Amino acid sequence: MVKTIRFSVVLAALLTTAGAFAASSIELEPAHNDPGNINSLQRGARNFMNYCAGCHSAKYVRFNTLGRDLNLSEDQLIENLMFNAEQVFDTIQATMPLDDAARWFGSAPPDMSLMARARGTDYVYNFLRGFYLDPDSPTGVDNRVLEGTSMPNVLWELQGYQKAIFSEDDHGIEAFDRFEQVTPGTMSAEEFDEFARDTVNFLEYIGEPIRSTRRVLGVWVLMFLIVFLIIASMLKKQVWKDVT
Amino acid sequence: MARIESEIGTPKGGFMKWVDDRFPWTETMKYHITEYYAAKSFNWWYVFGVLAMVVLVIQIVSGIFLTMNYKPSAEEAFASVEYIMRDVEWGWLIRYMHSTGASFFFIVVYLHMYRAMMYGSYQKPRELIWIIGMLIFFILFAEAFAGYLLPWGQMSYWGAQVIISLFGAIPFVGEALVEIIRGDYSITDITLNRFFALHVIVLPLALIAMVFVHIVALHHVGSSNPDGIEIKDHKGSDGIPLDGIAFHPYHTTKDLVGIIVFLMIFSAVMFFAPDMGGYFLEHANFEPANVMATPEHIAPVWYFTPFYAILRAVPNKLWGAILMAGSVLIPVFLPWLDRSRVKSIRYRGWIYKMALGLFVISFVVLGWLGMQPAEGIYVMMARIFSVIYFGFFLLMPYYTTIDKTKPVPDRVVYHG
Amino acid sequence: MTEDVDRNRRHFLTVATLVTGGVGIGLAAIPFLASLKPSARAQALGAPVEVPLGSLEPGEMIRVMWRGRLVFIVRRDEEMLSRLPNVTDLLRDPNSEVVEQQPEFAVNEHRSIKPEYLVVEGSCTHLGCAPLAEFDVGPADTWFGGFFCPCHGSRFDLSGRVYKGVPAPTNLRVPPYRYIREDVIIIGQESGAA
Repeated sequence: MVKTIRFSVVLAALLTTAGAFAASSIELEPAHNDPGNINSLQRGARNFMNYCAGCHSAKYVRFNTLGRDLNLSEDQLIENLMFNAEQVFDTIQATMPLDDAARWFGSAPPDMSLMARARGTDYVYNFLRGFYLDPDSPTGVDNRVLEGTSMPNVLWELQGYQKAIFSEDDHGIEAFDRFEQVTPGTMSAEEFDEFARDTVNFLEYIGEPIRSTRRVLGVWVLMFLIVFLIIASMLKKQVWKDVT
Repeated sequence: MARIESEIGTPKGGFMKWVDDRFPWTETMKYHITEYYAAKSFNWWYVFGVLAMVVLVIQIVSGIFLTMNYKPSAEEAFASVEYIMRDVEWGWLIRYMHSTGASFFFIVVYLHMYRAMMYGSYQKPRELIWIIGMLIFFILFAEAFAGYLLPWGQMSYWGAQVIISLFGAIPFVGEALVEIIRGDYSITDITLNRFFALHVIVLPLALIAMVFVHIVALHHVGSSNPDGIEIKDHKGSDGIPLDGIAFHPYHTTKDLVGIIVFLMIFSAVMFFAPDMGGYFLEHANFEPANVMATPEHIAPVWYFTPFYAILRAVPNKLWGAILMAGSVLIPVFLPWLDRSRVKSIRYRGWIYKMALGLFVISFVVLGWLGMQPAEGIYVMMARIFSVIYFGFFLLMPYYTTIDKTKPVPDRVVYHG
Repeated sequence: MTEDVDRNRRHFLTVATLVTGGVGIGLAAIPFLASLKPSARAQALGAPVEVPLGSLEPGEMIRVMWRGRLVFIVRRDEEMLSRLPNVTDLLRDPNSEVVEQQPEFAVNEHRSIKPEYLVVEGSCTHLGCAPLAEFDVGPADTWFGGFFCPCHGSRFDLSGRVYKGVPAPTNLRVPPYRYIREDVIIIGQESGAA
């Protein structure tokens, strides 16, 4: 018994600290997106199709799935989201041919179906907001989250342009300190954060569309099992009455 | 004391007699279930064997349905998993069942093995049961390793790359062996296809056969118990061990409770946290395998990490591999390393208790270390805890001899 | 007395456990069995197919695929349509009374919406071979054009209706379809469907 307790405590302590070590070395502001907010997801879908789907596919996602989960009718899908797709059961393809994109940018724009699930929602949130002016870069920008990225800042009209201020930390190493706005965009900082939040909310959703369903189902399954457990326990106790 | 008598009499007529005349049905039911006597003093540590069987069934059933939709080619594998997750009705549930089951298999098996270590279940006359069990453990290792390549994610590919290249460290035959395992000059579609065959047919068949043999061996000798005494030493006039109770209905009804609790924990994970923070479904594996981009941080799945830590603790490729293999193999020798005539930890002295505690700590810490980058203080820690790990086994003949044990009772301790 | 109560209680609890367990297994089986149904991708691939008919010449046949099945579309001229009444006595089911083989709109002599265009599945109702088109009139007074199956010799007329005395039991299947424009049909959808 003591052994079991000791084992559990050690395990728990290690697992909690392991998380800290596993985190990315770059500080990420939390996105605070609400996966249950359908309106945010709808805006995110619109943002994705208008700003991202030119180069980035989401090839495992079907429009009719979006319609079902985001409460969008077929007409709304066709009018607002389906620019290149013909049928409502088609998947989200990028407009730009992959080979051309790879040649022009140096690497093919990755598919977005699982990006939030692979790198984390906060990562993508900070990436979208992390572009800054860099005269040495072929695209004129670099990104705090992914240095040397070949992606241009497609959101410059909304965000405006910012520059990165570096300063020496305690060890004398140049580290990122903060951003400073150079030219304003059409959105304020808060509005742009909201834009990015909606977009990564959508990306989180397409990473696992079934998420909300599985959580609802889980409650039912556990309730059934609790009932089963009670009955089985009563049976066990009754049968074991004979054992002395 | 009214003990429930076996409700299966020998059929005298009808359908069952027709069957029994041609097949040992009733005989088998009696020998293995209704007239198999096990100690009444089993505690919950004894449920993990049954749970391992439950997980095996879960993996086989979910695995079959995954195989119906999965495509074992480098081109299509990753996409086919997403197809299962999104397009196949209920595919997501079947996938999560299988990924959760893989991790739970190891949780259950590790706890099952720990029980054997606590209560000396591997001691005479059960050494062979233990050896067969270790064989099952090795097969399970291989099964999990082969299975992890199948999603063809970044971690699938690069994890396999690291482990398979380990075999290259073997002198003389190493490189040829690696080529034979891969079926190609690097890990490719060919490797994936053969790992698919191993994972879906070869190793499951081996697993099922070994589990069957494991249970036959157990039933031949009879189950042990938390006090480590042989209940067959004290039988009643009817030939039934005084401390024994029939497997059915006593242990079946008790195990059912254990199984339901297990299913609750399993379901909680499957429905609410299938990723388990990246331990059960690793984040990097949601990116398709990219031969040209190695992830920053390659680590095997959590259940392999203790042994991986031992591998990395040694600064020499060959010796690291040898020690890693050694760390997996050495538990086989427990029946002979353990010199104590006392089976159960309840009656052992403080030396053994401390040793076992240190072993557990070293196993868990090594597991954690296996997930960290091999740099800085982690290297020294891995070496220290590897020594503790091996020390537990290698010094056992000594400390189990000098350990001051307590007197073992005649009959089991049962508090009803 | 207590023993009886115990036995009854035990019996009740056993039944309750078995029933709950049975229900659980039944519910757990649902996802597995449901996963066998056509997936979203199968449904997408099996979607209705649009076929423009404007380029067909009289007497010409085109083949299209719908749900992995071959569909023949034949543009019949007046002469071909005039042969249809001649064969009635030679046919097994001239009035398309076997309901499963065609939608309501095809229960007529020309077995189609518009008499000019025949839309029929290219799968012999015997064992599924693709019949060959033989639209010319034969020498004897028995062949007025239609489809001939090379596998076991089944014969169908210019409306896909099966002859008597051949292995095939029923007329060629007419798939659901409708006209979405003057010259364009969509196979896989009937009138009124979205």
